Amino acid sequence: MSVVPGQPDRIRTLLSRHRPRYGEPIFRGLVGLASLTVVALIAGLILVIAQQSLTGIAHNGLAFLGGSDWDPVHQVFQALPFIYGTVFTAGTALVLAMLIGVGVAIFLVDLAPAWLARPVGLMVEMLAAIPSVVYGLWGIFVLAPWLRDFVEVPLHDTLGFLPFFSGNPIGIGNLAAVVVLTIMVLPTVAVVSRDVLAAVPISQREAALALGATRWETIRIGVLPYARSGIVGAGILGLARGVGETMAVTMVIGNAPVISLSLFSQGYTMASVIANEFSEATTNLYRSSLLEIGLLLLMVTLLINAVARLLIWRVAYGSTSRSVLA
Amino acid sequence: MTAMTDGSSSSLPAVAPDALPLSRGLPLGERASAALEHPAVQVEVGSLHAYYGRHRVLRDVTFTARPNAVTAIIGPSGCGKSTLIRCLNRMHEVTPGARVEGEVRLDGSSIYAPGIDPVVIRQRIGMVFQRPNPFPTMSIFDNVVAGLKLAGIRDRQLLDEVAERSLQRAALWDEVRDKLKSPGGALSGGQQQRLCIARAIAVEPEVILMDEPASALDPISTLKIEELMDSLRASYTIVIVTHNMQQASRVSDQTAFLTVGDDGAGYLVEFDDTATIFTNPRQRLTEDYISGRFG
Amino acid sequence: MSAPAGFPAGPIGGRNIRRRRATDRLMRGLLGLAALLAIVPLVLVLAFVLIQGLPALNLALITQSPVPAGFPGGGVAPAVVGTLIMVGLGTLIGTPVAVLAGIYIREYAGGRGATAIRFLVDVLAGVPTITIGLFAYGLIVVPSGSFSGLAGAVALAIIIVPIVARITDEMLGLVPGSVREAAYALGIPPWRAIVRVVLPAAGAGIVTGILLGVARIAGETAPLIFTALGNDTVSTSLGEPMDALPLRIWVYASGPYDSWHAQAWAASLVLVLLVLAFSLLTRFILRRRARSRM
Ligand SMILES: Nc1ncnc2c1ncn2[C@@H]1O[C@H](COP(=O)(O)OP(=O)(O)OP(=O)(O)O)[C@@H](O)[C@H]1O
Ligand SMILES: [Mg+2]
Repeated sequence: MSVVPGQPDRIRTLLSRHRPRYGEPIFRGLVGLASLTVVALIAGLILVIAQQSLTGIAHNGLAFLGGSDWDPVHQVFQALPFIYGTVFTAGTALVLAMLIGVGVAIFLVDLAPAWLARPVGLMVEMLAAIPSVVYGLWGIFVLAPWLRDFVEVPLHDTLGFLPFFSGNPIGIGNLAAVVVLTIMVLPTVAVVSRDVLAAVPISQREAALALGATRWETIRIGVLPYARSGIVGAGILGLARGVGETMAVTMVIGNAPVISLSLFSQGYTMASVIANEFSEATTNLYRSSLLEIGLLLLMVTLLINAVARLLIWRVAYGSTSRSVLA
Repeated sequence: MTAMTDGSSSSLPAVAPDALPLSRGLPLGERASAALEHPAVQVEVGSLHAYYGRHRVLRDVTFTARPNAVTAIIGPSGCGKSTLIRCLNRMHEVTPGARVEGEVRLDGSSIYAPGIDPVVIRQRIGMVFQRPNPFPTMSIFDNVVAGLKLAGIRDRQLLDEVAERSLQRAALWDEVRDKLKSPGGALSGGQQQRLCIARAIAVEPEVILMDEPASALDPISTLKIEELMDSLRASYTIVIVTHNMQQASRVSDQTAFLTVGDDGAGYLVEFDDTATIFTNPRQRLTEDYISGRFG
Repeated sequence: MSAPAGFPAGPIGGRNIRRRRATDRLMRGLLGLAALLAIVPLVLVLAFVLIQGLPALNLALITQSPVPAGFPGGGVAPAVVGTLIMVGLGTLIGTPVAVLAGIYIREYAGGRGATAIRFLVDVLAGVPTITIGLFAYGLIVVPSGSFSGLAGAVALAIIIVPIVARITDEMLGLVPGSVREAAYALGIPPWRAIVRVVLPAAGAGIVTGILLGVARIAGETAPLIFTALGNDTVSTSLGEPMDALPLRIWVYASGPYDSWHAQAWAASLVLVLLVLAFSLLTRFILRRRARSRM
């Protein structure tokens, strides 16, 4: 072992000369500022959109929320048809997506063997990766005609007396929107529910199995009650996605401001009216009214999202980043 | 440079304690003759209390780690050995909610004094952990000189010099000289631990702390690490935590024995020269513990 | 794993064992059916995009500008160029902010603060992208008086931020604490340790997260309607309206011409291949990482 006299002192002196003074506060400030930006974005979204819709708010008044007349030529802007359309399509789609999505989640976590669960899980995640506009394209040219010929016409012929199946079955309309939305909401519900179910302790299942419960009974007694609030959260998250979904719906719903119970009727949603009419909106007031709808949409989805996250966090804290991806 | 500082191992008894069956290191008496390469500094711990949140885990610990000597901390699991050693280079406070009261003096001045930058203290007091933890994305070379490079020292020649020297002192040079560019994680556990030691000594600290540095290693690697400690004593003050009493008796000059009190906090039962602790302890608790009669 | 025949039934209503087993079988069948139902649309959409898109997929599609409506030929070059520019710029603007924010959340914010910011980031991730388009419209288009590629890029940047921020946060969380400790114990200041040691250790995971974000914003249409607007000629000027693949697909799908429809399918094929390749790749890498770390 060679001794280099003075070597330690040399390095110690060098190090003491390289002592950084301001690096830490600067870096801390930088990352703090970045996260402040993210937080400020939410406030900024609300403020800017609110500011842009002031003209509309002043002119339209409360009738904006309560009336069903949308007549840009005569400067009447009432949003009820869009609110109705959004609630109707997103609500129906959510029910369907919950039925299928929670089923998928249970299947993936509790029933499927690993070799099956992995590819199926991946395929469900892939559903979320396909761009909305591609679903729209598929909806127009494949889904709508198929729905018309094989679902709507038979339903109309047999059950046409019911309000849901009245009207003219042409494919483009509420039903197509509901189906497309269901497909798009499904991965959100399925992926988040899967994470929530996976977070239920094994001991819950074992307790039920040890009582002699069947597989389904174990799920029903040991797993679902424990995961309930998380699954509800998954559903609400799916609702937020459905409410905010724009392109695919715009392309298949028909874009007519009518309030109808019929699945065959054309409709309109808040998001799709903004997307569809923005470029035609030549007057200030027209644009501002569309932005007012945007403001409403934003506030509603913010609220829904916040509630959903809180519910999911109670069950599966920290696992929500996957739903950000889904 | 080779002058013997006052209070170095010279005060140890010259008798080898034959009461220690498994002792296979140097006989205690011969340690004093190991050449002193560089005078080190002493670490004084005074009335030290350590807390995790509201929970006190160390109560009133006082001892002095002699310069150019190995001080072992022993005691049952959970008595606060790791906590104590982490208080010595201000690593304890890295844990959220962790807090220290009392004094730790490095070469006479308090490391907890207001205005003292923990970063500087950690440069002066190096640390080796229980599990080898080389930086995963860095090569062997970069691992060794990480402390210098990340402090902003770029002098290539100096870095080369330091890397070779540190690896040699960590007894790893011959094994890695041809693969300095390969990732540090690709070495065996024992080699990784010596790499971590090389990394710690590359910044030329004055004190080296080791928390059970060999407990995750096989016997051969353990032996290498122990030999290493023995030679490092020539330049550094070393504090080592160990679970293994034979190890403590083999490598250390002084021993601190901690145990858990009724209040759940660890406290110092006895501190003395290793020979005394292992052959002639003053406290009943110590005797019970080293003879294995302790729970 | 159902009990073998003749196995004595447990205390949960041993009386109706036959009915219970039937229910069990029925429910398991239904759950399997749900899984099947979920993957059918994926297969259908992919199949149609492939079948319809492949015939119209040629070099002219991505190298030529659109021809007047109804005429055959032409391509979507302005959309390809616009998407590349806006997605690229959006990523460039969004990811540094996102990565820094992720670092703050994981390394500096501390328990409560981290939870609060995570919550807000998750909420931002759930905001409809169309409203982010409206935001960029009010922020940039209105003051500047012109639709522009820049406004589109900013909208896309805002969309990528929560995605990358959360991934960074999670990936940093997977870096073992021992790595940080090793760095601190060397007397390296925390910020240097984070930038030079912790961040590189999480690097691959963060990069895959960014790729995932890129895949996401590449497919976005709604936020571009009021910002980039669209353009029939190739434009590389950020101050002017710019085209994008999703916008072009939307316009062509809604139009009456067969040639448009064919090109919409082909453009969709390009988009889907791009997005799926990115997502699949990132998911595989993420999964491998997560497993090797735990
Ligand atoms: N991060 C922490 N937060 C709260 N309490 C902790 C933390 N780390 C350790 N403790 C507690 O402090 C006490 C001392 O722990 P420490 O790790 O110092 O013991 P030790 O003597 O090193 O044990 P071992 O021999 O098992 O390594 C224990 O009771 C432990 O539970
Ligand atoms: Mg310990």
